[in-house]
Amino acid sequence: MIRFQDVHKSYRVDGRDVPALQPFNLDIADGEVFGIIGHSGAGKSTLIRLINLLERPSGGRILIGDTEMTALSEAQLRHERQRIGMIFQHFNLLASQTVADNVAFPLRLAGERDEAAIRQRVAELLARVGLTAHADKYPSQLSGGQKQRVGIARALANRPSILLCDEATSALDPQTTAAVLDLLAEINRELKLTIVLITHEMDVVRRVCDRVAVLDAGRIVETGAVADVFLHPQHATTRRFVNEALPEEAAGEQMPFAHVPGRILRLSFRGEATWTPALGRVARETGVDFNILAGRIDRIKDLPYGQLTLAMQGERVDDALASLRQAGIEIEEITPATEHHA
Amino acid sequence: MSALLQSLFPHIDDWSEIGHACIDTLLMLGGSLLLTVLLGLPLGVLLYLTGKGQLRAMPKLYAVLSLLVNILRSIPFIILMIVLMPLTYVLVGTKLGIRGAIPPLVIGAAPFFARLVETALREVQRGVIEASQAMGATTWQIVRHVLLPEARGGLIAGTTVTAIALVGYTAMGGAIGAGGLGDLAYRYGYLSYKSDYMVVTVVLLIVLVQLLQMAGDRIVARYTRH
Repeated sequence: MIRFQDVHKSYRVDGRDVPALQPFNLDIADGEVFGIIGHSGAGKSTLIRLINLLERPSGGRILIGDTEMTALSEAQLRHERQRIGMIFQHFNLLASQTVADNVAFPLRLAGERDEAAIRQRVAELLARVGLTAHADKYPSQLSGGQKQRVGIARALANRPSILLCDEATSALDPQTTAAVLDLLAEINRELKLTIVLITHEMDVVRRVCDRVAVLDAGRIVETGAVADVFLHPQHATTRRFVNEALPEEAAGEQMPFAHVPGRILRLSFRGEATWTPALGRVARETGVDFNILAGRIDRIKDLPYGQLTLAMQGERVDDALASLRQAGIEIEEITPATEHHA
Repeated sequence: MSALLQSLFPHIDDWSEIGHACIDTLLMLGGSLLLTVLLGLPLGVLLYLTGKGQLRAMPKLYAVLSLLVNILRSIPFIILMIVLMPLTYVLVGTKLGIRGAIPPLVIGAAPFFARLVETALREVQRGVIEASQAMGATTWQIVRHVLLPEARGGLIAGTTVTAIALVGYTAMGGAIGAGGLGDLAYRYGYLSYKSDYMVVTVVLLIVLVQLLQMAGDRIVARYTRH
């Protein structure tokens, strides 16, 4: 468990305190993939660096398990840091060292002297990230995705219990991003380590995270399971992020549905409900007509979901809605008035 | 052959003297460069580490070191040599010859080299240092295993520039009794109007500087991977 207790952070600029993070409390459970999403300048880089104390909080306590990080001496902190891996947007590899030496670096820093043991561990790690053939290359000879794999192998070298990802996919193309995220998900599953990642892309959160915190101007404005936050965003910032991840939906929100006859509804299906033909059955039973205005079916991590915006008309719309709710479908009514200002 | 040399350089009757002067210059250069690097490298690392926003930022210490470096760099070398004569005598027991030249050469060049080291270290990506801190590296480990290897290209280039500056300094040193090619050019070429000595000396110095630069560039190319 990573626990933030009344933590806040401000920077001193020209003799004035500029707040970067407003006081907050946050718990991140062992073994989960926790996303922190925010625009640049929202404070997410600061937040993730508080965990390994690359940034010191201005107040409050940070605990990892039973260890109060904020109370450690320099030497103790260095020791704890070896148990926390970190990967970076720009990879931050040693350009003067080979891939194998980059991965061996944290082992050597931790005091490992047995070169045979180092070689064996490096070989294991490179096999895990699929870079066995590139051990003797230099970082400049690798693609962005390969560099990040070296970063991941290096971060895992000392068998950490936590992996921090600082915009780890932001410098990568979409295909490479997907491959790196799959690797992170696999590591999370197989090694049972906690992953904390920061990003400005909702799609990254949707693909790998279990829970998410939305950060806006130094404040955590929303926290919850990704599916809840994704399907029912509460805060305006969250809605903007969700809309970025759902281009069709975004277009749907902008559409002037006011002239569309009937009641405008948004239906959210999760898990098994996504695959059942509930809508057709209910329409037949109640005699309502519906017209699909916008929609999408996809996955949030391993959970299939669908979201449809429809216009529904007929005498028994309320019966139809009750019946759909019973089938496990979440329904929000969108009034034309909110639609105009959405 | 010797007839040709005789007609081209009528005043030079003893070429072995030029050979000795060459060796003297190389000895002064080698000795002073070695000591300059040994002294300037730690000083440059210290300047870098104590600088604003760096790993061991100490504004007051940095200000003092920086001032000291600037003072030593602003004194023309020929004056520095004269000013340092008492200290030179204490350090090596003579003010003359190769040994007498080395202390002022080192004290003149080390601050210069230290600045080049500081600049080269600043070129190392901030993120790489942060990554090392995140891995639990000590400041010493970061200097030894991250900063110096990553800045290798810049450090070698800085050493080349310093070596070439030292060639110039040794020639100046010749004027006040340090020996070497500068001494030869000054005594025969300038004071005795034997301009052929001057020509030969200048050509040898040009060749030396060229060789140093070429060697430096080659080593940099070999160790730079970006």
